[in-house]
Amino acid sequence: MSSLQTTLEVVNLGRRSLLGAIPAVGLILAVGFPRAALAADEPKYGVDSMPHGWVDDPLVFVAIGTDGTVTITCHRQEMGQGVRTSLPMVVADELDADWSRVRVRQAQGDETRFGNQDTDGSRSMRHFFAPMRQCGAAARTMLEQAAAAQWGVPVAEVAASLHEIVHRPTNRTLGYGALAIAASRLPVPARDKVRLKTPAQFRYIGKGNVKIVDGADIVAGRGMYGIDTRLDGMLYAVVARPAVYGGKVVSHDASGALKVPGVLRVVEIPGTPPPSEFQPLGGIAVIATNTWAAIQGRNALKIEWDDGPNASYDSTAYKAALETAARNPGKVVRNDGDAVAAMAGAPRRVQAEYYIPHMTQAPMEPPAATARIVDGRCEVWAAVQAPQATRDRVAKRLGLALDRVSVNVTLLGGGFGRKSKPDFAVEAALLSKAMDGKPVKVTWTREDDVRHSYYHTVSVEHLEAGLAASGKPVAWLHRSVAPAIAALFGPDPKHEQPGELGMGLVNVPFAIPNLRIENPEAAVHTRVGWYRSVSNIPHAFAIQSFVAELAAAAKRDPKDYLLELIGPARRIDTRTMEDTWNYSESPVLYPLDTGRLRRVIETAAQQAAWGRAMPAGRGLGIAAHYSFVAYVAVVVEVVVSARGELSIPRVDIAFDCGAQVNPERVRSQLEGACVMGLGNALLSEITFKAGRVEQGNFNDYQVARMNVAPREIRVHMIPGDFAMPLGGVGEPGVPPMAPALCNAIFAATGKRIRRLPIADQLGA
Amino acid sequence: MITLNVNGESKTVDVPDDTRLLWTLRDVLGMTGTKFGCGMALCGACTIHLDGVPTRACITPISAVVGKKITTIEAIGSDPVGHRVQAAWLDLGVPQCGYCQSGQIMAATALLKQKPHPTDADIDAAMSGNICRCGTYTRIRAAIQQVARTEGDA
Repeated sequence: MSSLQTTLEVVNLGRRSLLGAIPAVGLILAVGFPRAALAADEPKYGVDSMPHGWVDDPLVFVAIGTDGTVTITCHRQEMGQGVRTSLPMVVADELDADWSRVRVRQAQGDETRFGNQDTDGSRSMRHFFAPMRQCGAAARTMLEQAAAAQWGVPVAEVAASLHEIVHRPTNRTLGYGALAIAASRLPVPARDKVRLKTPAQFRYIGKGNVKIVDGADIVAGRGMYGIDTRLDGMLYAVVARPAVYGGKVVSHDASGALKVPGVLRVVEIPGTPPPSEFQPLGGIAVIATNTWAAIQGRNALKIEWDDGPNASYDSTAYKAALETAARNPGKVVRNDGDAVAAMAGAPRRVQAEYYIPHMTQAPMEPPAATARIVDGRCEVWAAVQAPQATRDRVAKRLGLALDRVSVNVTLLGGGFGRKSKPDFAVEAALLSKAMDGKPVKVTWTREDDVRHSYYHTVSVEHLEAGLAASGKPVAWLHRSVAPAIAALFGPDPKHEQPGELGMGLVNVPFAIPNLRIENPEAAVHTRVGWYRSVSNIPHAFAIQSFVAELAAAAKRDPKDYLLELIGPARRIDTRTMEDTWNYSESPVLYPLDTGRLRRVIETAAQQAAWGRAMPAGRGLGIAAHYSFVAYVAVVVEVVVSARGELSIPRVDIAFDCGAQVNPERVRSQLEGACVMGLGNALLSEITFKAGRVEQGNFNDYQVARMNVAPREIRVHMIPGDFAMPLGGVGEPGVPPMAPALCNAIFAATGKRIRRLPIADQLGA
Repeated sequence: MITLNVNGESKTVDVPDDTRLLWTLRDVLGMTGTKFGCGMALCGACTIHLDGVPTRACITPISAVVGKKITTIEAIGSDPVGHRVQAAWLDLGVPQCGYCQSGQIMAATALLKQKPHPTDADIDAAMSGNICRCGTYTRIRAAIQQVARTEGDA
């Protein structure tokens, strides 16, 4: 164990002792003890469970110039969620800095220095709100101490006030710039000596009064994304990759490519056989003086491929195989009461099956990365969600020590989970090496992105319910069949793992006495990876559609029926639902609170004027879902013409993530999740034939455009309390959109959609 | 050698004349504000103005733009309408990741220059070629409407 890791343990335990989770003596005992021994003693939750935990040292995150400019480092990656604004804003608030004098610097990938940097799982704010507050408050305390020392007065007589320290008895002031040097020479105060603001004292947190820091650059075309990197002498590459996952190059003929003006070299990249994790798929790279020449060169390549064992992957046949699996008993993942007996004894049984296809993230900026190797040091510039994983994979692949690789993170032109996997950055590093260290930028064309992604899983969800004479379910059976993400990292487990089961499948919070959830086998034939809200998409679609189907069978109002299924307000320990994961959060701090779920449903319904009369062809649909420790309900209003043309005049979303640090960006995330969720449901599908993705660009992989997006999206936020744990924001909005839309279509037309995307299913 | 008129300046480039304007701007001239999104005129990220007409740079060979005035996102702020579009984008907090917004702003500016008071249908027609995966469409519409409402105030 390195000394750095030892230090980090102490840091982690220090906070835990602050929270009272373990006695303060643990801080001393822990020094030098291996991590595994600690883990066995007590499970870690939240940011403590993440690699490299957290850091709140102001010397790491805050720099103050003598001119008073405050530079705050953001260690999480910006991909549209606003984190480069919101996290520094938290520091600035506790620092009581004037936001107009704050600059934001992006951290390189270095988790031992900054704490965990994996920007995924909707957790940047919920994991780093507390450390960043502490960080800003500690810096403010140092400024106060420096001012008090300069004036020779007790520190209790001074206080920070908007970029200066005031001596209250005399109203003397000293600016942050004038105090910067003296403050930097002081020791960082102990955590318990630092006074945090009360929420009433917040200047920016919770106010929504701060514009995104990159806005002016973005609207002028100055925002620098991974694909925009430019270095002196840089070369441009594109790669021909195997069409089938696990395929290999048998032979290639580069002569045609080398005749294209601007093409310099053709280089083979060795692939990694499945499970290929974050490593490149391999293939033949064309390196040229510009991207267009590289693309033309690639078009002129002749390559013979060995497709390997996944060449028979066929989405039509696979769907049938999933259906067969879903119609037969499988691994039991939750079993309350006796669902089989209760089902058999129920006066009425209802059954439905739902299909949710593969999808791809298709961020508007396709994967792109640049690397250069100088004097045995590799430097990478890339739009990556996980810079530490990028650094680690590049170092391993090049055979360099970790400290000889640096990763500079640009703005991400969308991420949605695709850029959690740095295969494209490893490609850039390998190509730079092949070109004697010259800077090489690898750009993925849209076809590369659509055909070589890490796809959203594909699934069949089979549901059965036994209804009592009252119409209320007495038995519930749900079989979910879907290939697992874990197959990226090791042998195919053929079953959903805790991180997938806990995404709305086993943790269904319904008050049904007999409930059985099964997960039959499914084998992986492509790279399955995270896509914004992940397995919540199929689980929420199936469950929230089925609830509406049951309500229709029982001739009940779907909203009332949903509330009745959820039952009374209660705080459920997620472990009692066989959810061992709970988004890595403590089941004590983060129980599943059905009162909060009920409240978002009631709020969305009220705001949408649920129950209002609708003309034929117009309908409201409702759905609700708990994910990423946040609660969302949505009412979608649709109009379906006699010819099956659909439009969405309005969507009402009620959202409870606890307190909202940057409410304006929370709102924008919900709006965006709404459009993405509806686009998924309406249009998006990836299919395989002979192991190959059949789509290639936005003509056949369709996504939401302005003309299909809702005309109006209204976000209703449930007020929160900063004393309570925060929920996630980026992903929870997606899952309820598809079922709410399909429930609305049913209300408008009587047609029940069970297979996504909706595409032309509404046509005559 | 081909000479292009980009944002009022004369630029000479030494690439084959079928090279697409997008890659010429980005890789040869170093103007990265115009974005690559699809390469097939399907997403609008690369929208520029060619003699004022919104055009997809990703499919446009440079041979087709000789003698025409190319305007890119880098210069749209010096156009009075473009400037107001940018201001409305900031005012309403339109961008999320921001990657598509160069193209969105170029498309919106062209629309508003042609139709200062566009209807919802006009906005749909002019803007549906521009994809935003972050889903900022409702704010884009609102920003265009805001510019239309304040037309002539600038």
